[in-house]
Amino acid sequence: VTIAAVTPIAVAAPPPAAGSALEAAWRRLRARAPRTVGFVLALCLVIAVFLTVMEGKGLAPHLVYSFTTGACCWLLVDGTRLVLAALTDAWRRSRGQPLDAAGFASGWRGVIPSVLVAVVFGPPLGMTIADAITGNQSPSLLQFGSASTRLTFAVTVIASITSVLVLSTMERLASARAQAATAQRQAAESQLKLLQSQLEPHMLFNTLANLRVLIGLDPERAQAMLDRLIAYLRSTLAASRAESHALAAEFERIDDYLALMGIRMGPRLAITLDLPAELRRVPVPPLLLQPLVENSIQHGLEPKVDGGRIEVSARRAGSRLVLAVRDSGVGLQAPGRPGTGFGLTQVRERLATVYGGAAALVLNEAAGGGTLAEIEIPLPENTR
Amino acid sequence: MNPPARALIAEDEPLLAAGLQADLRALWPELDITAMVGDGERAVAQALALKPEICFLDIRMPGMTGLEAAQALAEDWPDDGPPLPLFVFVTAYDQYALQAFEAQAVDYLVKPADRPRLAAAVTRLKRRLADRGTGTEALQATLGQLRALLGPGATAAPAAEAPRLEVIQAQVGNLVHLVPVDEVIYFEAADKYLRVLTADKEHLIRLALKDLLPQLDPKRFWQIHRSTVVQARCIKEARRDESGKVYLSLRERPETLVASRLYANLFRGM
Repeated sequence: VTIAAVTPIAVAAPPPAAGSALEAAWRRLRARAPRTVGFVLALCLVIAVFLTVMEGKGLAPHLVYSFTTGACCWLLVDGTRLVLAALTDAWRRSRGQPLDAAGFASGWRGVIPSVLVAVVFGPPLGMTIADAITGNQSPSLLQFGSASTRLTFAVTVIASITSVLVLSTMERLASARAQAATAQRQAAESQLKLLQSQLEPHMLFNTLANLRVLIGLDPERAQAMLDRLIAYLRSTLAASRAESHALAAEFERIDDYLALMGIRMGPRLAITLDLPAELRRVPVPPLLLQPLVENSIQHGLEPKVDGGRIEVSARRAGSRLVLAVRDSGVGLQAPGRPGTGFGLTQVRERLATVYGGAAALVLNEAAGGGTLAEIEIPLPENTR
Repeated sequence: MNPPARALIAEDEPLLAAGLQADLRALWPELDITAMVGDGERAVAQALALKPEICFLDIRMPGMTGLEAAQALAEDWPDDGPPLPLFVFVTAYDQYALQAFEAQAVDYLVKPADRPRLAAAVTRLKRRLADRGTGTEALQATLGQLRALLGPGATAAPAAEAPRLEVIQAQVGNLVHLVPVDEVIYFEAADKYLRVLTADKEHLIRLALKDLLPQLDPKRFWQIHRSTVVQARCIKEARRDESGKVYLSLRERPETLVASRLYANLFRGM
């Protein structure tokens, strides 16, 4: 008898369909193969030593028996899971259902049948192989009366269950780590996207072009503009790190951005900022309003030949803070260049992260034309 | 000795317009900057009225982009007048537009343009003005460039393939008419609306032609003018006049449509 005859690898030989249960099972198997082999080897060694102590005789024959039995059990566990995954795929195909990575036997439902198969067929198979290698004649496992058979059987059952428990825990830990890594990568990507949208090259180079002209025409104004640009860049870069800043700081940053826009758009842009003194110290996530202000400029006022007005205001409504960005631009229904929606999505995501379900962003046609975006967030206890 | 060249500057940011004007004055004192406008529509109107030799067109402008203004000028430029102006496109940062300009060897400036770069552009413009002559070759070359620039996706981010439109929904009060796209003979832009013409009806929808175009099958629906798209199988015959314009008669409608010189190349014998 050779090991190859019971190797379940043959089950996975046909190329699995993309996204099928079989492919997912095969991927999982390969990913944890090194750890599984290591664990099985260690467990077999422990069992061999244990049997040597219990039964006497040499360590070598016990090692042969425990390794062949361990290998057979392991191959049967994973083989059964692959077969179950393949059956899942076949069943779904025959019914015309879409293939999915999660098979019927994923998770614990797959562990129980595969452990049963391994416990029933693993020991006789492993012992037959070991007999062939050592030339011994082990008593049949069906002779349940013999003490050695009972011990072998008990050791196999306990070892199989232990190994499945340990290995599936390791598997779950690994997948949790992978999920955490994915979440971290996504967070980093969204932060990068936020930064990219705020340092939009078109805005940056147009501002620099204006600055270049202004240096020749009006050095004093150029200097003021440069100061605004520096403040804007600094706060943009800092915003990705800080968790909150005072509403007054938020309005200052908006003022920097709008001042830059004001120099660029000239008389086409009128600006009003309204922040009541009592709300100046309320903490808000940094640059929360920025995407809304940018949308008003880019999609509301820039496309309008005559330009218009942008109003950014804060007010208290009971125990809530309302931040409003209103423009007299082309409005939401205007045909033409639609945005990617990235700005709004990003504001909504940040609100959800910071306030859970307690915050809201509403976008509406403004009375008298243009667009009105309003953010409502709960006021902190001490400022109510 | 030619009379001094005249130029139009279309730029929506006043400082940048003033800056370009000042730089041009320094580098090319003889150039007469006859008009400065802040949006695409005024650029077209002023260029048609003043007939400058050169137009500096900002790409992102309110109302109409610089490219659309160039298209309108190429279509509406009178046949018996001076040659079509040389276009110089100006942009701060439009990755795709710059790639397209590079590919079509179109004159363009990147904001902020430093003096040496602007000087190189001026030298090139002077040379092109000098040996442009009266031939139709120059016109054809410009038209070819514009055709390539205005082609789908040429100067825009490669968007995901828009789904094809099957049925047009035209609303009148509380009633919505459903018009299968296949029954549409032609679409015509009319101010903020789009006229949808079938064999026996006319509907109005609130949609820009440029937003509709990606949703139509370009093999079946041909753009023949910046404001007209016609279903190819509905065209009966095409007649070319000496100026290069093509007049189309339709199978199921009495109107005659005009294909501009930009799109006249669609109509050649096989």
